[in-house]
This record gives sequence, C-alpha cells and structure tokens, in this order.
Amino acid sequence: MRVCIVGCGAVGSLFAANLAQIDDVEVWAYDASRAHVDAINAGGLRLSGAGDVVGRVRATADPGALPACEFGIVATKAMHTSAAVAATAHAFADGCVATVQNGLGNEEAIAEHVARVIRGTTFPAGRIVEPGHVQWDVKGDTTLGPFEPRPAPMAEVERLADACTRGGMPTHAVEDARGPQWRKVVFNASTNPIGALTGLTHGRVCERPDLRRLVTGLVDEGKAVAAAQGITLDADPEDLIDHAAKPEVAYDHKASMLQDVEARRITEIDYLNGGIVRFGREHAVPTPLNQAIWALVKGVEDSWTN
Amino acid sequence: MRVVVAGAGTIGSLFAAHLARVADVGVLTRREEHARTLSERGLRVSGRSDFTVRVSASTDPGELGDPELVIVACKGGDLEPLAATIGGHFAGATVMTTQNGLGAEEIVAAHGGWPLLSAVTFMSGTRHDDAHVQYVLDTATWIGPYRDTSPEDAASVAELIRSSGLKAEAFPDLRPAQWSKLIFNATVNAVAALTGLPHDAHFAEGMLGDLVHDLVDEGKAVAAAAGAELGEDPWEMNVHATRRGHAHYPSMLEDVTAGRPTEIELITGSLVREAERHGVGVPLHAALYALVRAKEASYS
Repeated sequence: MRVCIVGCGAVGSLFAANLAQIDDVEVWAYDASRAHVDAINAGGLRLSGAGDVVGRVRATADPGALPACEFGIVATKAMHTSAAVAATAHAFADGCVATVQNGLGNEEAIAEHVARVIRGTTFPAGRIVEPGHVQWDVKGDTTLGPFEPRPAPMAEVERLADACTRGGMPTHAVEDARGPQWRKVVFNASTNPIGALTGLTHGRVCERPDLRRLVTGLVDEGKAVAAAQGITLDADPEDLIDHAAKPEVAYDHKASMLQDVEARRITEIDYLNGGIVRFGREHAVPTPLNQAIWALVKGVEDSWTN
Repeated sequence: MRVVVAGAGTIGSLFAAHLARVADVGVLTRREEHARTLSERGLRVSGRSDFTVRVSASTDPGELGDPELVIVACKGGDLEPLAATIGGHFAGATVMTTQNGLGAEEIVAAHGGWPLLSAVTFMSGTRHDDAHVQYVLDTATWIGPYRDTSPEDAASVAELIRSSGLKAEAFPDLRPAQWSKLIFNATVNAVAALTGLPHDAHFAEGMLGDLVHDLVDEGKAVAAAAGAELGEDPWEMNVHATRRGHAHYPSMLEDVTAGRPTEIELITGSLVREAERHGVGVPLHAALYALVRAKEASYS
C-alpha cells in the first residue's frame, strides 16, 4: 500500500512516521518546507514524547515527484487545503483521499479535485521541534468515514483505518464520521477564539462565569446546526470543555488560535466559526454569536495589515 | 471667572488648558507630583492648538478657591473617589460631568447639593506627560441641564467653552445625545479593543460592519425600552467617523494596548445593566462585555 501525507506538519508527521513502521506501507510526504523535506530524506522522520519513533519516509516539495498512491491523508492547515490538493491530485487519480484537518469545509475542498474522499477527525497533537523532528504531545483516536457527496468505498476506508491502527494511530472506520467531527469543531469554535480574543488560557476562560456562559452560547448554536443536519454528536462538547479546564488536563493550555494571534499568523477561524455560520445558513439555523466571534477574529487579522 | 477642572487626564487637560486662556483655572489632581509639575511648568497643548498656559493645581480642593464652575473630567472608574473628594467643597459652583456611559450625574449628586450640568464630549487627544497634551479630534462637547440648572445655564457654559477655542453645543435635554453616544461608544470601543483595529472603514462594511450594525440595533432596542429618545443615529455617527480620512484609536483600544483598566463597566456595563432592567436581550453586547473584562484580567 502506498500512502502520501499531504502537508507534513505536526499532525501529518504523526501519521507519516507511524505508518512507516509497518512493512506493507510505503509512505510519501508532500510538504512545502524544503528544510523539513531534506531533513526527513537525510535522517528519517523522528517523533519523540508520547512515542519515540523514527520512520523512513520519502519526502518531497515537488508534487510532480509523487508516484500514484492508493491513499492520501491531508493534514495541512485548512486554508491551504485547496492549493495542496490541487497540486497533488494527479497522484490520487485511482486512490482515496482522507482529511485529518481541523474545521469544516476540507472535505468539500478536496472533493473539487479528487473523486473518492474520506471524512476524518483526529485528536492526537504535536509540534515541530526542528526540521525532521516532531514532538508528539498527545495521543488520541482518529475516526474516518466516507464523505457522503463523493464517498470512498467503505472497504477502502477500513483498509486505511486498519493500516493507521497497526502503525500505532488507533483509527475507527465508521459509516457516518460527522459526529466526532462536529464534536471537535464545536469544541474548538467555542473555546479557541475566546482564548485568542482575550489572551486567557483554557482554564482561565472557563473559570469566568460570564465568559463560560458565552462559550455555552457558542456551543448551543453549534449543536443546533449539527442537529439540523441530523448529526448526532458522539459526546457533549460541554463535558470536554469542563474536562479540559481541569488543572491536570489543559488548564494552562493556550489555544492554538491564541498562539497564532500572538505570532500574527492567519487563524483557522474561517473553517471553525465561519464553517458553523455557513452550515447554519444552509439549514436556516441562526448563529449570531459564532458570526460575531468570526467577525472579531477576522478584525484581529485585519489589524496586522492596517 | 474661576473654573476648577477636576481630573487631569487627556480630556481634563484639554479643558483646563483652553479655559485658562479665558478664565482663572485651577486643576484638581490625584497625585501630588502631578499638581507640582503643573504648577511649576504650566500646561502645554500641541496638535490642533499650540500654546502653554499657567494653571494652579492641587490634590486638595480646599486650595483651589471658590469656582463658579467645576468640570469633572476624570475617567469613569475614578469618579466615585473624586466625587467624594470634592464633597463639602465648592459651595457656590455648578458641577458638570463629562464621563462616558450612564449614571455619572447620580454618582456626583450623591456627594453634594450643587446644581448639576451633564455633558458628553467627543473631542479626543493624546496625553504625552503630566504637563503636555496633544489635541487630536476637535469634535464638540454637548451640554445639557441635569439638576437645578436651566437650558440657559447649559448655553452659557457652552459659550464659555467655545470662547476658549474648543467646540461646544448646548441642548435643552442632553439625554438623547447621551444615549446616542452610549450606543456608539459601547459598540466602537469594545470592537476596537478586541480586534486592535482603529476606528476605520472596517467598522462600516463587510462582516465587521454587520456586527457593528447589529450591536447598534441592540443598543437602540435598549433605548426604546428605557423610553429614551436618540439624538443622532449611532450607525450614522459610526459611518461618518470612519470617513474622516485618518484612523482614530478609541480610548479603550489605547487602554488594552497599554494594559490599563478600561471604561467597559461604565460604557458597555451600563448598557447591559439597563437592558436587564428593562428585560431586553443584548447577547452581542453581553459577549463583548465578557470578552473585554476577560482581556483586562489577562494583564495579570
């Protein structure tokens, strides 16, 4: 089996290095960072932290160098999906492409370029320490399922899930993968931008009653949009939010969007709150708070170029 | 004519310096050092005006003589202690409040029986140091009667302020103007503080313009429920202000940039409390209120 990771950042690297551990999978990685690509080709792709692994991965920054692959796993930031998949689509002419990205709209963007698409959500997290070396911070499950408008065959979804699981990334293949995806999107959309706008860690956001009420207002809108589509969340985002606020879990965690804002990087707000607003419009569900938060974070991004 | 300006931040310094050209001005400060600097160096204005004047200054209202007019120009958060400080002084004076938001008059009224005028000011400046303020926006101060004062009293103070080189206008009833400014400020200041954007074209178009419009609509619903008429339309004020040709940095944005407490309680806080009193839902202003207060909490 040949798999290509499209976007070999922290999460992409977790899949690439782990999949490379099993004999029957040949792993390729497409990434725009020349330094990362060169380091991977010279010394392998190294993970440390939650697991210590070195994987032999064929990396390239040139999409023309990719051979035909049976599977793609897209792990870019959401705003780069379309460009990255357009550049690599030729490698997946006969294959299936899965997303393990954050937010809403990635499947739709992939489906513009490839015929068989797999909806996905992943919880493991990490960060790039240096080219070729990724710190694996958190282990977690991945869920994959056919993307309804342009579905990959279920047997193929199961093959990819099986390979990931055997490689050390526990992955479930399900008929309807929307529940875990919306659970994660609602969680992220209701907490990340609040951290980004206020500068507070997750725990400090949750211990302010008025701010926690705002988080619940955002969660309720997200749940209503999911319900209008017939999606059953696999867990209540409220429980996850309270769990993460515990001192021993993620009280001191700065949301990735807060890290983005502090570094003046464009955030994923369009695919989180923006996605909830767009799906809400399609299903006639009002989302005024998500819309307000979306507009405020876009305003923050605009202030950098003012 | 003797005038005391109580509170010498940006707005207080602008009033004190200009009025000192046409009246005898005393400045009440919170810090001894500030009073000393003003008494020794005088007060300099740059920007739209350019001059330096002599003023007398003290932290003790008892040393500032017998004014006919006291302009209370501190920030809203400092109003209660300042009103307590002047309580029992300035028996012959009319006292004028200039704070943003609602309720400044009641706070001052609780500390003395002076006749009261209320005012809202749209002028702005940048305070460079204790004795130097830059006059940036030459927009007007609006004045109206509040307690034991007449429209004529408001008109004569407006005339005095105009004669000093600042803009001022008197109204028979200031409440419509106060409500318009409250809605305008609650919207523009909080959005600027959260986004880091100066008050520019972003506030009148696109997604952020939609949010600003929705915030103004929430504010109008509160005013309607409170039985308050509006003066200028706050959305029109917003659009007009974004077309001045240069970007204005609202004070709340300057406050969060500098890590200072903001006027959120007095501005958005009073709007949200007024909404609760009248049973009007203001989910967007409530969200901004929570977010700005949380941003203040993030300083520590």
